[in-house]
Amino acid sequence: MDFSYYPGCSLESTAAEYGESVKAVFKALQVELHELEDWNCCGASSAHSLNRALSLALPARNLAIAQGSGRDVVVPCAACYNRLKMADYEMQHNEERRAFIEQVVDFEYTGTVAVRPVLDVIGNAIGLERIKALVTRPLTGLNVVSYYGCLLVRPPEVAQFENPENPTLMSEVLTALGATVHRWSHTTECCGGGLMLPKPDVAVRLASRLVERAREAGADAMVTSCPMCQMTLEMRQNDSGQPMPLFFITELMGLAFGLDAAPSWWKKHLIDPTQLLQSVGLNKV
Amino acid sequence: MIDTNFVNEVNALSEQTIQLCYHCHKCTAGCPVVEDMTYGPDRILRMVQFGEKERLLSSHDIWVCASCETCGTRCPNEIDIARVMDALRRMAVAEGAAVAEPDSVKFHRLFLGLIQRMGRMHEASLMGFYKLWTLHLMDDMDSGVKMILKGKVPIIPHPIKGRGDVKRIFEATSSEEK
Repeated sequence: MDFSYYPGCSLESTAAEYGESVKAVFKALQVELHELEDWNCCGASSAHSLNRALSLALPARNLAIAQGSGRDVVVPCAACYNRLKMADYEMQHNEERRAFIEQVVDFEYTGTVAVRPVLDVIGNAIGLERIKALVTRPLTGLNVVSYYGCLLVRPPEVAQFENPENPTLMSEVLTALGATVHRWSHTTECCGGGLMLPKPDVAVRLASRLVERAREAGADAMVTSCPMCQMTLEMRQNDSGQPMPLFFITELMGLAFGLDAAPSWWKKHLIDPTQLLQSVGLNKV
Repeated sequence: MIDTNFVNEVNALSEQTIQLCYHCHKCTAGCPVVEDMTYGPDRILRMVQFGEKERLLSSHDIWVCASCETCGTRCPNEIDIARVMDALRRMAVAEGAAVAEPDSVKFHRLFLGLIQRMGRMHEASLMGFYKLWTLHLMDDMDSGVKMILKGKVPIIPHPIKGRGDVKRIFEATSSEEK
């Protein structure tokens, strides 16, 4: 099994540990990742806020590159996934727009390459059985919640991934890893990531509320699949009470697989999870 | 006099039919940032229909909107209100309106400016320029420094080979919205 790989900007910087854990885990699962040649930024939220045409053309360039490879593209970042999928969706459904984007990006859209979030590939392409088979250190006693955020599942007709109000795949993966997954109220509530810099106090309120609800549900850590959510929740959760660590789903997979690299990922977190992992006997390899 | 053409303009730019709204308030009820808004999503739609262009383009709401798409997902009439917010943002910038959240526009402009130059983001530049331009110099100093020490903020930018492509994309999309 192999895929094209679109890391997106943050996986090479502020979410470096996410990128490292994706590569390590996919290697362990014997799924090859081929990074798209000379990919560009998807445009994130700034493009669609100021220029819709730009917000479609920028990700379309990546689709053009992916088409060349003939492989489906796996995208770890939820925001990048949303933008790439939006460009793909628009070109599928709108003739005029497709013609315009083709002209701007200089390619011919074939629609033959699928864009898939990493969670989709993990849960549906690789599958829970293969994941369970690699677990050598079940995450027993680790109380978590699945935090999806917005862009993996909304708008539903574009994202085409899970129930937008009650997605469950991440919880299934975490259960397969042996973690204790708690049901909670806020799995698809916004973290305010897009407002992290321009309106930090709003992000503080949203992030703090999420952490509070997660704690209320019985979680000691939150798990996510979006680098913006992970960073916003780490940086903007307020200081009252115990800090709540944020894990990327692939980091916990790596931990459960007993991968040597896992402790190096914790070092990159702003909220150190080692004390929590220690308390459930998951710290030392 | 109500400007009855304004809703047509916004409909066209956002590709939505705003008149379908019957104010069930699901959008406003589910909006995570409504507490920081002046009007809230469904009142924004009403104001569009009443031709309240100036109030809308100078509102906080259009910039406070986090584009979480909860509104559009839940709307029984399938109005994507987040896209209406985007359309109003674009209009506000294009018409030089008295933008209520200048930091938001600065952020987006800086972000796009860096992509245009390099094809990818360079967080160190984004943070540096954003701080200088908004004078929020001391914000996030501790976490910022931590991130740098953890190797998560590359100091040297890595422009892509195809940055000419990206520049051309910016140029080709710079005029009227398509």
